[in-house]
Amino acid sequence: MKALIAISALLLGALASNPAQAKLKVFACEPEWGSLLHELAGDKIDVDVGTSALQDVHVIEAKPSLIAKVRSADLVVCTGAQLEIGWLPQLISQSGNAKIASGPGSFMAAAQVKTLEKPTALDRANGDVHPDGNPHIQMDPRRVLIVAQRLDARLAELDPGNAATYQQRLADFQQRWLAAMAKWKAEAAPLKGRKVVVHHISWVYLWDWLGVDQIGALEPKPAVPPTAAHLASLINITKSSDTLAIVRAAYQDPKPADWLSDRTGVPAVTLPFTVGGDAQSKDLFGLFDSTISKLLGASRSGAAK
Amino acid sequence: MRTSLFFASMLIALATAPAAHAAKASPQTPEQRIAALEAHVDALEAELQQVKAAQAATTGSMAPVAATTAPASTQQDEIDSLAATPDDAATASAPQDTTASLAAPADNAGGSGGGANAFNPAISIILNGSYSHHSLDTDAYSRSGFPLVGEGAPSANGFSLGESEVSFAANIDDKLYGQLTLTAESENGEDHGGVEEAFIDTTSLPAGFSLRAGRFYSNIGYLNSHHAHTDSFFDRPLAYQAFLGNQYGDDGLQLRWVAPTSLFLEFGGEAFRGENFPSGGAQHDGIGTRTLFAHVGGDAGSNNEWLAGVSMLKTRAQDAEDGFSGDTTLYIADGTWKWAPQGNFKDGGITLRSEYFLDDRDGTFADPDAPAVTALWNGQRRGAYLEGVYRFNRTWDIGYRYDKLWADDNGPFASAFDPWRHSAELTWRNSEFSLVRLQLSHEKPNAADSDNAVTVQYQTSLGAHGAHKF
Repeated sequence: MKALIAISALLLGALASNPAQAKLKVFACEPEWGSLLHELAGDKIDVDVGTSALQDVHVIEAKPSLIAKVRSADLVVCTGAQLEIGWLPQLISQSGNAKIASGPGSFMAAAQVKTLEKPTALDRANGDVHPDGNPHIQMDPRRVLIVAQRLDARLAELDPGNAATYQQRLADFQQRWLAAMAKWKAEAAPLKGRKVVVHHISWVYLWDWLGVDQIGALEPKPAVPPTAAHLASLINITKSSDTLAIVRAAYQDPKPADWLSDRTGVPAVTLPFTVGGDAQSKDLFGLFDSTISKLLGASRSGAAK
Repeated sequence: MRTSLFFASMLIALATAPAAHAAKASPQTPEQRIAALEAHVDALEAELQQVKAAQAATTGSMAPVAATTAPASTQQDEIDSLAATPDDAATASAPQDTTASLAAPADNAGGSGGGANAFNPAISIILNGSYSHHSLDTDAYSRSGFPLVGEGAPSANGFSLGESEVSFAANIDDKLYGQLTLTAESENGEDHGGVEEAFIDTTSLPAGFSLRAGRFYSNIGYLNSHHAHTDSFFDRPLAYQAFLGNQYGDDGLQLRWVAPTSLFLEFGGEAFRGENFPSGGAQHDGIGTRTLFAHVGGDAGSNNEWLAGVSMLKTRAQDAEDGFSGDTTLYIADGTWKWAPQGNFKDGGITLRSEYFLDDRDGTFADPDAPAVTALWNGQRRGAYLEGVYRFNRTWDIGYRYDKLWADDNGPFASAFDPWRHSAELTWRNSEFSLVRLQLSHEKPNAADSDNAVTVQYQTSLGAHGAHKF
């Protein structure tokens, strides 16, 4: 009984302390969407980013701090396509926040764009497959732009008072982004048609945009850790294909890629994968600046040999 | 080694020099120049679009978006063709007009074809089996001060089917979510099926409240609400076995509230029928058990996460499984601390967990085997465990657990000896969905006996993706 009174008291206190004109609170599952929200809304919203570039977002746990963040969100912005299947539904149910369970309070980026690698057969013998296609869409700036447009509309819907700001910031972002895309595409021209080996199949959208061919993955099946036998089987194809690089994300174990690099002479490159993945990737622009320049660096070092 | 590799690469580079790939080395080949020119044309087109967009932007409406999409720009067309159509983005309200209309019809709907099965719930199946060997005859096993109750006995010798379960879950409508978990296990060669959990949850209560009704595991302590297949050890700690019959679940109602604070703060209470141990006999007109719980947790830097809680279970029992009739109050304090570089627990880290139990009885004892024998039962017993699991990487982890029970000095189960147990485990995971575990334990259940046990266990999960609970 005492506890019930205490709970009621806490609840009343919480309600009373809520300012009348509160900013829209947004929970972003991944740093790239946090950065995009900043581009679109600046200081008009409060953004909590749930994960960092040094974390593998497939395997996040529904930890207490995340439950607390989701509890107070008006909108969650996540990748979707089952990338967060292990933890986001858990966070939503544990937080008891009805606003973001479905409807306008839930924004899934991958649902806004066409996804690649949608499996025709769903069988976990093929590893941790995602029925809605490969979820790692943030590495294609074209898709990022589509997400930006749809996300901006959602912000305006939820927070009509700032709609004009959101529209203006989208126009500004769009201009800068299109210009940057042209620049990146021009810089990346030498990469077209080159071959890469990846740690996990998280780069398909980048390759699709740049015209790069993926010839192998260090994981024998998606989400199955690299094995010695599988790595050994990659040596010949990596050596014989004039391979540009062995690509891994900032959060991934560097050892398998280094092992293969040592045996093939093909450089292992750590790409940021999302905002915060290296010093240069402070925002979405930096993410692609860094990604392109690191791939070009690999191209040059390969050529130097 | 390094130099020979270097020369080998040199040779390869020289040998393939006329080929197109080597062209990337020198930016002067025709292909290269064409590619660069193409990119330059793209850049100029984009620039043109920006100028147009900038002009439109001064009008300050949604026009800029439309302006960039309207003209035939190769880059813009390319972008538009990647957008999901309004059908795909079921949640995309106010899709932005022209972008969507230019998109090719995509089939993003992902299995939402019609048919009677389209609304089938998510099904997940846990398959679990084990082999155990005990040095002590399991029939002769007795725990000083703590009668064996519920599922709290040691595992049987030899092969056995562990708790294999199938779970169905889905949203019921816009306000409710439902879950049903059925189990199958064998006990000494006999198959048992049962309804482990069957509950509905509200999904739409305001202000962080949620309500659960049906049969479910109580949210007291840490492990109690977790299904056994998420545990780090093959069996539950002795305290869970002794005070909750392994795990307390019953038919009832739960109200939970999460505070709107940056620290995770959860309060709740439950009312249960009071049929299962430590309760019995569904007293108080079938509301024999009530619980209260509070949990608090958060991060400490980017490498540490923690969760702590206090809980209380109060029940009135009539002829409970251990022969008790009267009032039982059980207090639990739990704490979990996880350390992992950048919070990537699946790639390596440490989990420390401890729970402390205080069991307070006020009533009478009637021996279930000889009900004529009665005695007063008025006293306290305690139990605790401390476990640490070190995860090397995605594949391996190793863990140690210490269990201790403190018996009562008086009453029907008075004992001067306090049981204890050491357990160690080694787990190998092929993927997130399967594991094989080896567990060794050394136990002293009473002053006279000791038991050394070895268990090998497999545990798999198929179907819908399980939750990564903290």
